[in-house]
This record gives sequence, C-alpha cells and structure tokens, in this order.
Amino acid sequence: MTLAMATPDTDLDLWLEQQTGKSLLRFLTCGSVDDGKSTLIGRLLYDSQLVLDDQLASLRNESRNRSVGEEGIDFSLLVDGLSAEREQGITIDVAYRFFSTHKRKFIVADTPGHEQYTRNMATGASNADLALVLIDARKGILTQTRRHSFILSLVGVKHVVLVVNKIDLVDYDQDVFHRIVAEYRAFAEPLGFKTLQAVPVSALRGDNILRSSERTAWFNGAALVPYLESIEVAEDRVAADFRFSVQWVNRPNLDFRGFSGTVLSGEIAVGDEVLVAASRKLAVVSRIVTLDGDLDTAIAGQAVTLVLDREIDVSRGDVLARPGKVPEFSNQFQARLIWMNEEPAYPGRSYLLKLGAQVVPATITDLKFRTNVNTLENGAATKLDLNEVGTVTIATDRAIAFDPYANNPLSGGFILIDRLSNATVGAGTVSYGLRRAQNLTYQTFDVNRQVRAQMKGQDAQIVWFTGLSGSGKSTIANLLEKRLTAEGRHCYILDGDNVRHGLNKDLGFTEAARVENIRRVAEVARLMADAGLIVIVSFISPFENERRLAREIAGGVRFTEVYVDTPLSVVEQRDPKGLYKRARAGEIKNFTGIDSPFEVPEDPEIVLHGGDETPSELADRLHAWLKI
Amino acid sequence: MVDGQRLSHLQALEAESIEILREVAASFERPVMMYSIGKDSSVLLHLARKAFYPGKIPFPLLHVNTTFKFREMIAFRDRTAEEYGFELISHTNPEGLRDGINPFDHGSSRYTDIMKTQALRQALNAGRYDAAVGGARRDEEKSRAKERVFSHRNASHAWDPKNQRPELWRVFNTRLHPGESMRVFPISNWTELDVWTYIYAEDIPIVPLYFAKPRPVVERSGTLIMVDDERLPLAPGETPRMETVRFRTLGCYPLTGAIRSTAADLPSIIMEMQASRTSEREGRLIDSDSVGSMEKKKQEGYF
Repeated sequence: MTLAMATPDTDLDLWLEQQTGKSLLRFLTCGSVDDGKSTLIGRLLYDSQLVLDDQLASLRNESRNRSVGEEGIDFSLLVDGLSAEREQGITIDVAYRFFSTHKRKFIVADTPGHEQYTRNMATGASNADLALVLIDARKGILTQTRRHSFILSLVGVKHVVLVVNKIDLVDYDQDVFHRIVAEYRAFAEPLGFKTLQAVPVSALRGDNILRSSERTAWFNGAALVPYLESIEVAEDRVAADFRFSVQWVNRPNLDFRGFSGTVLSGEIAVGDEVLVAASRKLAVVSRIVTLDGDLDTAIAGQAVTLVLDREIDVSRGDVLARPGKVPEFSNQFQARLIWMNEEPAYPGRSYLLKLGAQVVPATITDLKFRTNVNTLENGAATKLDLNEVGTVTIATDRAIAFDPYANNPLSGGFILIDRLSNATVGAGTVSYGLRRAQNLTYQTFDVNRQVRAQMKGQDAQIVWFTGLSGSGKSTIANLLEKRLTAEGRHCYILDGDNVRHGLNKDLGFTEAARVENIRRVAEVARLMADAGLIVIVSFISPFENERRLAREIAGGVRFTEVYVDTPLSVVEQRDPKGLYKRARAGEIKNFTGIDSPFEVPEDPEIVLHGGDETPSELADRLHAWLKI
Repeated sequence: MVDGQRLSHLQALEAESIEILREVAASFERPVMMYSIGKDSSVLLHLARKAFYPGKIPFPLLHVNTTFKFREMIAFRDRTAEEYGFELISHTNPEGLRDGINPFDHGSSRYTDIMKTQALRQALNAGRYDAAVGGARRDEEKSRAKERVFSHRNASHAWDPKNQRPELWRVFNTRLHPGESMRVFPISNWTELDVWTYIYAEDIPIVPLYFAKPRPVVERSGTLIMVDDERLPLAPGETPRMETVRFRTLGCYPLTGAIRSTAADLPSIIMEMQASRTSEREGRLIDSDSVGSMEKKKQEGYF
C-alpha cells in the first residue's frame, strides 16, 4: 500500500477528483480480549503513515513498561482513548479510526471484546460493511469469537475476514492456521456470511498486513490491506425498492411545502408517482430540491427535499414508496432483539420504539425463545438479560411502516427506549410482519368503518367484558345492549357460550384452544366493528396475553376492557349453572378460578365490582362511562 | 456529482451529516449550533444551509467569545452572519470579563475553564438549549474517537464515557429528562482531509488566517504566537517579527500556534497537509497538558 498523497507533479484537481471519488469501506474489528485488535489497528495506522510525529512522540512516552514491537511502540495505545481503558489495558467502547489508500477510504470501528460491552460492539457493527474477526493463533476459537460472529450476523454484516493473529507465536505453523480456519468455517456456516476470507497475520511484527509475508510462504491468499482495498461489499441499494423517510417538513413560507429526508434505497425521479405508506395517498414528485439546484433524480443515500404535486397529508415519520412496491404496514411483527440494559426485558412491558423517524409506544407481546449467543441454541425463556438475544413478537400502539431487515436494513432496524430512564435498552431487526402483513394488497375502500358507522349515527367500537364465570358479565352486557338499543344504537353481543356452540364448536379447553377461541372472537368483533356496529363481547378471557391479543386485533377500533371483578367466594355461592360445584368435585377440568388461573387485568379501562352493586347499577355506571 | 449508481465518500458523508442536522431540528425543542468560526464550523454552517434549504436554519448559532479570539475571526463571523442571515448569539462569561481573566496571568487551563467551559455552560443554561450541535470530528483526538454522534450530557453538562447509549444504524435516541442535554456532532466521521477537500469542492468561505501571509509573531518554546493586539505581554527584549505563517486550527490567539508556511490558497494547503507529519491539534496548547486531558475537559462540560 502506498499512502494517498499528492506529489508536486500530480495535477491537484485530478488528485482531488480521485480523492472525492474514492469509495468508502466501513469495517469493524472484533474478537476476544487480548487477541490484539487495538494493536492491529495501530499497525494499520502506523503502516499507512498516519501516525504523526507528535502522536508518535507521546506514544513512545506512554509505551514504557509495556509489550512493544520492533518499533518500540505499543500500538494499542493509539486507539485505546479513554483513561479507564489505558489504565485497565482493555477496550470499553467502540473507537473510530480513519485511514486511506490510493483506492479506498476506510473508517474502522475498534470494538470491545468483553462480554459486558457487547452492546458497544453491536453499535460498531451496525454501521459496518465488513468485519475483521481476530483470533489468537495460540488460543483458537473462543466463546467471545462465537458471540461476536453471531452478533455480526444479527446486525447484518455480510462480509467477514478471519484474522488469525499472533501467527509468529506459533512459529508460522500452517497446520495451526488451517485447523482454526476449518473450525471457524464449520461454526459460521449457518450465520449466512456472503464472503469469508482468512489471513494469517502478526499485527505486532507486520506479517501479511500490507503485503504477503515471506514467513508464511505457504499462504496463497492476499494480505489484509490489499484484500480490504479490493473486496466489493456495496449492496446495490439503488436497485432496491424506493424508500424515503420523511424527517422534516420544510415549510419556510406559504408558497413552499417540501418533505426533507434521506432516500433509504432505490431512486426517484421528477414525475414519478409516490405513495404514503400509512395513508396510501398518492401524489407525483414535482421537484427534487437541493441548495445546489433542483435534481432530476435522487438515489439511495442522498438527503434531499421532495415537493409533491398535490396537497396530501405527510408528516415526520412517514415513509414514501412507489405504488405496488410498498413497505409492510402493520402494528405487529416478529423480530430478533438484542438486549442492552441491566434491567431485563419482560414480555408485556411497554417501551418506545424508534424505527427511522417513526416513534411509537410498543410492547414485547411474546418472547418466543432466547438464543444462546455462544452455542447458537434456542431455548425457552421468560426474560432477556443484558447482552442476551431473543426472538420476539412486538406490538406497536399504531401501525408503522417497515421492511424485513434482510431486505432493507435502514427500514428494518429499530431501537427500544425505556420510557422512564430514556436509556436505549434494546436493538432489534424485523424478521417479518404479522397478521395483516399482506397489506400489500390491502385496499383503502372508499366506504369504510367511519362511513358505515356514520350512517348509523354512532362510533363503531368493541366493549370487551372479562371476569370469572358467574361474575355477571352476560347480565350486565345484556342490560347495556338494551339501554343502547333503546337509544337507537346498533349493537351485537358475542357471548362465550353461544359462540362455542357455532363458530368455535371444534375447540376444546386446552390452553392452545382457548387462545384460538379468543383470536377468532376478536377477529369477528373487529369485522363487526368495521361494519359499523357496537360489539359487546362477553368472554371469561382469563389470560392477559389473550386480552392483549384481542386489543391488538382491534387495531384502530376503540376497545374498552371491562373487568367485572366479583370475588370467587361470591360467584361460587351464586353458581347459577352449578359449574363451580362440579369443578370442585373434579367433574370439570381446567375450570377458571378452581384449577385454572384467572389473571387479573393489569390495565382495564373500567372495573365493575360485581359483589357491591346490582347488575342494573353496574350497567348504568358503564353506560355513563362509555359516553356512546 | 452522482457517479453512476453510487455516491462518492464525500457525498455519503455530506448526506449523513444533513440527515443528522435534520434529526436535531425535528427532535429537540431548543437546539443551538456552536459556531467557533473555524473551518469545521464553516463546513457545519454550509451543511446546515443545505439541510434546511429553501428554509432558513431553524436554530441560532452560538459563539462563546473568550475576548481573545483573533480579530479576523470576529470580522469574518459578523460578515458571515450578515450574508446568510442566521441568528447569532455571542456570549462572554461576565464574571471572567469583570475579573479580567486572561491566559497570561491566570494560566491556560484556568483561563480555558472560566472563559470557555464555564462560559459555554452559562450560555447553554441561559438559552435552556436541549441540544448543542458542534463540529468535532472523531479523527481529532483519542477521546473524541469514542464519542457518539448524539452524546448525552447530564444536567451539569457532564459526559459519562463509560455509560454511553448504544447507537445503532442511524436510529438516534434523542430522549432527554428535564435539564439534560445532547451534544450532537454531525461531522463525526469526517477527517481533516475530508473537511479541506469539501471546502475546496464546495467553495466554502473560511477565515483568511488559514492562508499564509506575513504576520507579526513571537516564538515561545518552539511555538509561533501571533501578536494580534497589544494585550500580548512581551518579554524583555522580545520583539515581534514578520514571518509568513498560517494557522491549521483557530482559537484564542495567545494559545494558538502558527506554522511557517507559504500555502496561500486551498490547493497549496491540501498539498502541504498531505506532506505534514504533525496532527492539527498540536497547535493547540490546551490538549497537551496531560494524558487524557481532553477526556477530563469533556467530562467537565467542554465541547
């Protein structure tokens, strides 16, 4: 490698053109503690003559009492920037370094090896095109090597160089090298890297860094820097579907209204039709504005301001796409989540989710499994601790636009923010949208819920009763329906017993059947609400997860959870159908309240105390509260 | 400038910076942009104009005036503010001014603390700014290489380097508690060479002090100090002499070393920089006090 330097006989403009036209490779170094990451980067900077005289002087000063190479310098001191890091001799946080050659500019993220700093490693990896995975030739593949490789695949790093370092300390033995490479290839196979190249190096002595070393004559591959200069990593972002994230509505005066943001992928030209992912509204791009003059087209990566040909509602967070090639738009998706906070992640807890410029309250509704980052095995879990990785279902309070991360990292990666501490507690990648995920063909019908409900002079909605058998749900629901009907409202009651005689007669009382029971009822309720009705649902619905599912299925429909809180002692005494007696006698299995739990609703809209007031009083109270 | 189907690295850096600036404007209630009048500030200003065109920059620019800035810097500042019509706030620590704090009698570190760090805190508190945009780059100094683009500060403006928020992709966590603030560095990923080539390519105006010209200087322990006004005390027998010099970095004139150079235009500067063997911060006397001094200053609220 020769340093990119202008010489007096170079034409400066030509040289500048080369400078400005160079491609940029962002890579990170990772691997176990003491594998020599910082030393390798120090070596790269030193060999590319980017360590300047004053830095070198202060470096020699600091290098006393440390293990040094032939140059008398501890290269790791070049990159370990924080006092605590220099004191402890470890890397805590990701450090960014810059160097360039004739062919390329490089931004290097030097990331920490310690498990406790995995989140910082993920920070460095999230913006990298390629990773150098360092291995100490004497130690071979370690737990941290595996963990880092898994995190790389998780955040979508596609290109890996396996740097077998300290090859000098195993006497440049090719067997050691080949054994390590074979073992790593076998391990990394399921991680889906596009390229995987291995290089034997000594960062301390400079073997196979800039050029092939005579001491490893058995190695036929390229040395590290020539390989980094030549590898093609650029994903063709321009060929992908057009996505534009609106960051800022630019409205300096009444005559101009533009949408400022970045073209995440694809390209857009003046005259192209675009569609707002959320509202499905169409418009045509009339101008692409920049300070340097209007453009005809803009491609992936450019930050521009779009002007549309008509007044449609577009605001920060909206995603623009081309008709027919739109992102998913849903309030539920499956994702892989890496947890980054000392306080564990629990399903059911609410966070703020930020994806692009969209910020929305979100809940982890289901933790499907946790992946052991060291062995890649999946196992059941009830929470995710710091640095753990899980596969989860996430529900957002309102629908957002996204793409699977594998298709489009910039519209598929998100962070979770704790609502109290404001800490970034997790980072996730969308696997796929759930439920109404096939919105791609979802039509915005001209006659919709609002229109139908307006014809009936009411707000379509779902009133969901939950409570023990015999708590008074059905009685109160009946009274409510009577009062509403008397006022001219159109209602319909979905009752547990009745539905089980028809739609759900194929379902039993196992846990899975109960979930399916609720899902079907919730979907029916949603359809009826779409038809403009006030739907009153009276189901025991004992589990919080199912009630949440029902609420999620309701989507944008007003959903009122009514908890009829009648003590077990009272309902057992009432026992209108004699069911409690039979359950106590063991004649009915899985009976809620007896041998199957009733999870008290965490956050119902209203609680009715069935033991304290008559059903009529309770129906009045509810009726007044609902303000239908 | 679009080269086929791919952006050049400078175009990519420019777009990234613009995206960050827009995120600041959209996410914070009272953002402010630090304006130090140096070349990095000039690039930042240029990027901000691009980010919000045809609108105006939607936040004010803040200059912390230590009263020892080069006169040419102040003239350039006022000219630039007038030309582009941005809102300029200049703040000087009133107690420091009253007590006549200067680098000669009070030492560079005490002077810097009172007139820069404390003055900055005063200005940020007075304006109740929740985000302050600065032109620091990661290639400048080791602790800066570790800092996030959106760098959290507690209510006393302190940085906690061991507990930085993870920062993935370009999804920035901009949430704050009352009293806390964010320092934002849109050109984090630029190098000094990127800055110069961008200034050249975009024809961005910079303070003339960057260009070589005969200037009155005195040499003190190897550092060339420009005698910008009569406040610089001269040692017995010390007389300013005219030398052709320029500055790689600009700050307070008594603390900023000039370099001997004949580079009087941008191409020569870039050429010279390519051949140079010292880093730009070497000309700043405040960084070399002790190992880790920048990290310490940042923890105390320095930019």
